[in-house]
Amino acid sequence: MIVLNENHLTEMHAHGERDYPYECCGLMLGRFADGRKQVVETYAISNAREEAAKRNRFLIRPEELMRGEKYAREKELDVVGFYHSHPDDVAVPSQYDLEHAWPTYSYIVMSVEKGRAVDLRSWEMEADRSRFNEEKIVSEARP
Amino acid sequence: MPVTIVIPTPLRQFAGGQSEVEVSASTAGEALDQLTTTHAELRRHLFSDQNTLRNFVNVYVNDEDIRHVNGPGTSVKDGDTILIVPSIAGGSTVLENETAAETAATRPQDAGVPLPMLSNEEVARYSRHLIMPEVGMTGQRKLKAASVLMIGTGGLGAPLGMYLAAAGVGRLGVVDFDVVDASNLQRQIIHGTKDVGRPKVSSAKDRLQDINPHIEIETHETKVTSDNALRLFVNYDVIVDGTDNFPTRYLVNDACVLTGKPNVYGSIFRFEGQASVFWAERGPCYRCLYPEPPPPGLVPSCAEGGVLGVLPGIIGAIQANEAIKIILGAPDIMVNRLLLFDAWRMRFRELKLRKNPDCPVCGTNPTIKELIDYEQFCGITQQPETKPTMEEITATEMKQRLDKGDDIQIIDVREPHEYEIAKIPDSKLIPLGQVLNRMNEIDSERETIVHCKGGVRSAKAIEALQRSGFQGHLINLKGGITAWSNEVDPSVPKY
Repeated sequence: MIVLNENHLTEMHAHGERDYPYECCGLMLGRFADGRKQVVETYAISNAREEAAKRNRFLIRPEELMRGEKYAREKELDVVGFYHSHPDDVAVPSQYDLEHAWPTYSYIVMSVEKGRAVDLRSWEMEADRSRFNEEKIVSEARP
Repeated sequence: MPVTIVIPTPLRQFAGGQSEVEVSASTAGEALDQLTTTHAELRRHLFSDQNTLRNFVNVYVNDEDIRHVNGPGTSVKDGDTILIVPSIAGGSTVLENETAAETAATRPQDAGVPLPMLSNEEVARYSRHLIMPEVGMTGQRKLKAASVLMIGTGGLGAPLGMYLAAAGVGRLGVVDFDVVDASNLQRQIIHGTKDVGRPKVSSAKDRLQDINPHIEIETHETKVTSDNALRLFVNYDVIVDGTDNFPTRYLVNDACVLTGKPNVYGSIFRFEGQASVFWAERGPCYRCLYPEPPPPGLVPSCAEGGVLGVLPGIIGAIQANEAIKIILGAPDIMVNRLLLFDAWRMRFRELKLRKNPDCPVCGTNPTIKELIDYEQFCGITQQPETKPTMEEITATEMKQRLDKGDDIQIIDVREPHEYEIAKIPDSKLIPLGQVLNRMNEIDSERETIVHCKGGVRSAKAIEALQRSGFQGHLINLKGGITAWSNEVDPSVPKY
């Protein structure tokens, strides 16, 4: 289960719509607690893929992730997951997503149809890397 | 030797909840093997089925990415910290058919990029590569995914392009603006006798495609300029410089630094060659080694000074070797090193290079942030301004005056071995280096036409004579004996 608030959803929607028709990506910072993830902050990352591939690929370079982790540590937070958009495609992880996923993290996939964010779902990879399981999103009211 | 491995958060559940694990090992590879032997469940997240590190797993020893050091063979010592850092990648399923084009335009060392598959024909063709673990299937697929831009299809570009094509580099960009000349064939083995007069890019493309029909060849029939270099370079993974002039060499260097591309460098002159890899991310650039170009005219080009035909074959093959190693992610790429080769004495020497922190283009506070006017930087454009005082004559005019019976003495300032190849009748040989000492052999009462092969050395001779106080009437033959052969007497061989 991943817990976030409406602000986080608004921020992710806005990022996905801003970067359309390219894929956007970012980190979710927060805490692991009692088998669930509590998001405290979203952290937008610029997509490091080259122009031609940005429509259907995203890449967060290790240096950027390390920078994000450092920022999180300063705020006594952890990286709990990643979000990215699928422009004009469903909010379901692709085979490519599965091949490149890490366990434990939440992967939020957002469908952006013709420039509008229409769906957002969260996924977690099975520990044996065989598939993604959909994860429940609990949205809290604005703090 | 205890070495600490820091376990990233998502993997801690597979390492008994620990955030750090201590192992004793002498290389990064050994350390990871130990870690994944103790915690077997970690292995599938770090290693692929082929037992290589997954391409989105990055391993740092202290602060250094092991891909930039010696891969899994990177040595570790007591007290070192190994960090496992994920690259996070993903993407949608739409447009999957564009993936091939997309990977071709991507640096092979990028994490998370699927490599293209090999057809059975390709497997058969590359078998000698595939059976070596250093290349193997993954390496060959990296070569297929890679792209190299070769600047020039001359002496260096010839062997370089042929070996890169044969090796299966998926996309080769070929830049040249010249046409094949008979004098190229002594060393530019990518072109044949039948190609004389053809654009070099067309001739090169035919030869390369014949060597390997499985690769894509893109021709750019143009000079590399400050206007097009960046646009051209961003589309390739590796740039190989096979040019023979200073403005282009500085331009290629700066454009590589600005686009973050490795620049595989080679140069040749007479019997001596140099090679290195200039890659600002990992070491020095060409400007760290040579901050300023030599004054124009000091270093003669191969057209003036000559070159042993085999020499570019050797240096160009070394460049191909390094370009392939860069693509494969091999250790010990020729970064930080300058190779000097003397073909006449058959000696290789190596110099250590260091990055210059004050380098104007790749240093800590760069002052060059965009491409400049390299002709001007190398002092080429100022040159004509210093020359208008020199009187010139064309070969045709000279012939007319001689036919009229004008009293003219002809001084040839080339070398004796050049004089043996071709000469203008009734000319007197005084090589450039002896002109001042033998000034008294030139009759200052008579009109004098000075010539060389192309007009450059004779202009220098005239300048030197005038500076030394020679009072006679000196005229430079424009275009030298080459122009004489073209305009007046085709029976004089051109060389």
